[in-house]
Amino acid sequence: MSLTRTDVDKIAFLARIQLSDDEKDRYVHDLNGILALAEQMNAVDTHDTGPMAHPLRMTQRLRADQVTEPDQRERFQGIAPAVEDGLYLVPKVIE
Amino acid sequence: MHKKTIAELDRGLRQGDYSSVELTQHYLARIERLNPRLNAYITVDGDRALAAAERADSRRRQGQAGPLTGIPIAHKDIFCTQGLKTSCGSRMLDGFVAPYNATVVERLEEAGVVMLGKTNMDEFAMGSSNETSWYGPVRNPWDETRVPGGSSGGSAAAVAARLCAAATGTDTGGSIRQPAALCGLTGLKPTYGRVSRWGMIAFASSLDQAGPMTRSAEDAALLLQAMAGFDPRDSTSAQEPVPDYLTGIGQDLKGLRIGLPKEYFGKGLDAGVAASIEAAIAEYRRLGAEFRDISLPNSPLSVPTYYVVAPAECSSNLARFDGVRYGHRCQDPRDLTDLYTRSRAEGFGAEVKRRVMIGTYVLSAGYYDAYYLKAQKLRHLISDDFRRAFAEVDLILGPTSPTTAFPLGAKADDPVAMYLNDIYTIATNLAGLPGLSLPAAPAAGLPVGLQLIGDYFQEARLLNVAHQLQKATDWHLASPPSFD
Repeated sequence: MSLTRTDVDKIAFLARIQLSDDEKDRYVHDLNGILALAEQMNAVDTHDTGPMAHPLRMTQRLRADQVTEPDQRERFQGIAPAVEDGLYLVPKVIE
Repeated sequence: MHKKTIAELDRGLRQGDYSSVELTQHYLARIERLNPRLNAYITVDGDRALAAAERADSRRRQGQAGPLTGIPIAHKDIFCTQGLKTSCGSRMLDGFVAPYNATVVERLEEAGVVMLGKTNMDEFAMGSSNETSWYGPVRNPWDETRVPGGSSGGSAAAVAARLCAAATGTDTGGSIRQPAALCGLTGLKPTYGRVSRWGMIAFASSLDQAGPMTRSAEDAALLLQAMAGFDPRDSTSAQEPVPDYLTGIGQDLKGLRIGLPKEYFGKGLDAGVAASIEAAIAEYRRLGAEFRDISLPNSPLSVPTYYVVAPAECSSNLARFDGVRYGHRCQDPRDLTDLYTRSRAEGFGAEVKRRVMIGTYVLSAGYYDAYYLKAQKLRHLISDDFRRAFAEVDLILGPTSPTTAFPLGAKADDPVAMYLNDIYTIATNLAGLPGLSLPAAPAAGLPVGLQLIGDYFQEARLLNVAHQLQKATDWHLASPPSFD
């Protein structure tokens, strides 16, 4: 199975990456090459194998439900492209 | 001074042969003179380094110096450093200044190291040649027409050219070990969870590990000692005690059982590299180690498995770069979708886009089982291969990389050819095991990396086995002639 330009368009939108026409041609080629590599996985039957969830087979550690972090909103917003009154600014979403 | 290892520099500092300020000035002068040839550093902060050196010197006067106090090192530009730019090799984070320090940075700072600057790297650690950096490729100090390896290529080139005493790196599929191999260094990727990932910009969270890149196994032990340990801020941090890595380093190797996986010595392995690995094996035999042929039957599948798992995790991790909270934002976005898609199109380079899109695809509805789930199942089989092997042997040995450093541009347009470079390093990440690369005898004037793979949390054994070879041979002492 091989990806078409339409597939690449769809994937690029899902990934929220705008592509130029030239880039689309290139990625159709590149992504198909990578997927052909990935398809080598089919050489092995994994019917009776479970997926690996953690390299050391550990479960996620939990912590007590306590407040541990102070409010640092101003500091963190200091590196944002556009903020106003403690809010992040983006183009208008609802007319 | 720059020819000395950390252990030697520490002796000089203790004896008062020079101060940390003098040492730092010496390295800063070398960086200014030699870095333009290599492009190993993205950011150098002399004032900050000298201030840290002064603090280290005064700490020493107060009798509170440790083995790393006053030692000038560099951090890969993937570690967040408060008040100093952290780019991750990407236009997306060009000019980004993190509001906090990574745990690795914090711990090394507490040990008293002097940070000279931040080293160049493949964009978001995605690459094996350091050619995907927004800041341009790094050159290999052994041959400036060749790549230093990647993704920690800047760290490798900087340590090899003696532009710092040691450096930090990160390894998701070989990014510490492969550049260490190509530049003639000792590089250690610890067990998954051994070193905190907090403040280390995430690429593939189930594979990423930080580790030292140094001139000797002894130096790697010193650095790892400061870096390793439980961190409550990293939910995957291991709650295992940290041993003293120097204590066992001198142990002899009599009776050590070393496995040679046949899959690591097959076709695709360069003849010169193979000869160097054979010479190292002969040396280990003289040191009393016993060799056994073993098999890791699923290891040929590690490359395809990795190039599904890693892009999947990267597509999820890099979703945070949306042009809203930090990082690059496009000019005059029409609407929110335009803001996202254009900011990401402008901020990410070609390799990052490829991997984000592959990852998006293998996680998308209808394809998840065929790719991502299949890969996670194979990961189980790959990891079981190692489990079986470690029931028979104490350690696994092989080459780090199939070839020596290749020319710049040789594989830059062929992603699949580039991915195959990681053939011997990737399985360790998929299984979460520790791996170390150290210099074997050079081949045609270029460094060759010997890889040691240990069982979980066996970093001390890897360092011991590497140190014994470095005591018996001088392969690790070679330095690039034009950076004397």
